[in-house]
Amino acid sequence: MVNIGNLWQYLAAQAPLSSVLSGDQFNATTNNMASSITTYTLPQLPYAYDALEPYISAQIMELHHSKHHQAYVTNLNKALESHIASVVGNDIPGQIALQQAIKFNGGGHINHSLFWQNLAPASSADAKPEAAKELAAAIEKTWGSFDDFKKAFSTALLGIQGSGWGWLVKDGISGLRIVTTKDQDPVVGGEVPVFGVDMWEHAYYLQYLNGKAAYVDNIWNVINWKTAEDRFLGTCDDAFALLKASL
Amino acid sequence: MSSTLLRTTPALRGALRASGAVKPAAGLATSFVRGKATLPDLSYDYGALEPYISSKIMELHHSKHHQTYVTGLNSALESIAKAEEAKDFAKAATFAPLLNFHGGGHLNHTLFWENLAPASREGGGEPDGALKSAISSDFGSFDSFRKQMNTSLAGIQGSGWAWLVKDKTSGTLGIVTRANQDPVSGNFEPLLGIDAWEHAYYLQYENRKAEYFDAIWNVVNWKTVAQRFGKA
Repeated sequence: MVNIGNLWQYLAAQAPLSSVLSGDQFNATTNNMASSITTYTLPQLPYAYDALEPYISAQIMELHHSKHHQAYVTNLNKALESHIASVVGNDIPGQIALQQAIKFNGGGHINHSLFWQNLAPASSADAKPEAAKELAAAIEKTWGSFDDFKKAFSTALLGIQGSGWGWLVKDGISGLRIVTTKDQDPVVGGEVPVFGVDMWEHAYYLQYLNGKAAYVDNIWNVINWKTAEDRFLGTCDDAFALLKASL
Repeated sequence: MSSTLLRTTPALRGALRASGAVKPAAGLATSFVRGKATLPDLSYDYGALEPYISSKIMELHHSKHHQTYVTGLNSALESIAKAEEAKDFAKAATFAPLLNFHGGGHLNHTLFWENLAPASREGGGEPDGALKSAISSDFGSFDSFRKQMNTSLAGIQGSGWAWLVKDKTSGTLGIVTRANQDPVSGNFEPLLGIDAWEHAYYLQYENRKAEYFDAIWNVVNWKTVAQRFGKA
């Protein structure tokens, strides 16, 4: 069974199955995979398209979710279907050729699914940093103050050259780090993605045009600190268990 | 390279030409007199590429985005010069990514503006002469080239550019893509560039980027492309 948690692990491993399995074991696995491959679907948003106004417009949210995220889901399913065919056909070059498409579209699906969950309407209790007591304490310990963290995170976001994402991640037991990833590369090195911010131009351009610094300033109003706290206190698998419930 | 890339005050131009370098005055020990990159003017109005590229896109793209690359390039060059002056070469090297990004952005956009033209003037149609023959021989036909270019553009994952290039060794034409603002360099001479960053089309085409890639052929300036081909 391929589910989103396994997709995450798959992307981390990036190894063609046939390179680690052989003979009967390999055939049994591929037959099993071919018969049980999951088709991914677009998760529903936990709020309305206009719920993040005025910080993110309804038009942006609708296009971003129903068009962009949908395209990643569609192309991920296509790539995985071809990949299964390559595995069954013992076509290793074919499997390798598909890895970039799986990484890009699978990463796009993972990143956006995490992103929707770590946003919340500004008026909700979840959008108040008080909803993340333990995370806030760890942030202050790491960066000195909450404001210093926000500055560091914003600087990292604005330093991205081209399309990409900024993430606050938990590394190990409680170590916090800011990482940026290019294009749709997901965070799959074992870190827990606490929250992410999409810095592709499609995430802000219709509203902010070239003024991405204003988008970065405003995104702080709609971070879901409740989700961030839950992810911070949990493991990688927990982050995706939360996701699976919405899929 | 295009003379519009590094424009200086008139007084400096003579010195630049004489030395053939950006850093003209070897005799000035501590304070470099250097050429600053400036935003080149467009040879057409912001609305001139309508309806294929909207006036609003052109204005933001040129006056804001391209300007930011120019400013960033000058700032990177300044930082490198300061580090060089302090003989801190390790520090100078740390500015390489900024130089590549902003320098590439300046170069790419300058080439891009010049290889576009209003559909009512030189824009659109098909190339003729030696360029037409080369495209036919290297891609099968002009239509086939256009399809291959659009496939390359659609395949860019994230921000980037697609280019028709000439291989300086073999003389053949090819299509390459570049991530972000990485410029075409080395053995390839860029002939025609198409910007696939979302800021190049999103206000008009939103997520329907294939429509933008179809439309832009109406404003490609084949005269410019042919001139680049002739010189390469």
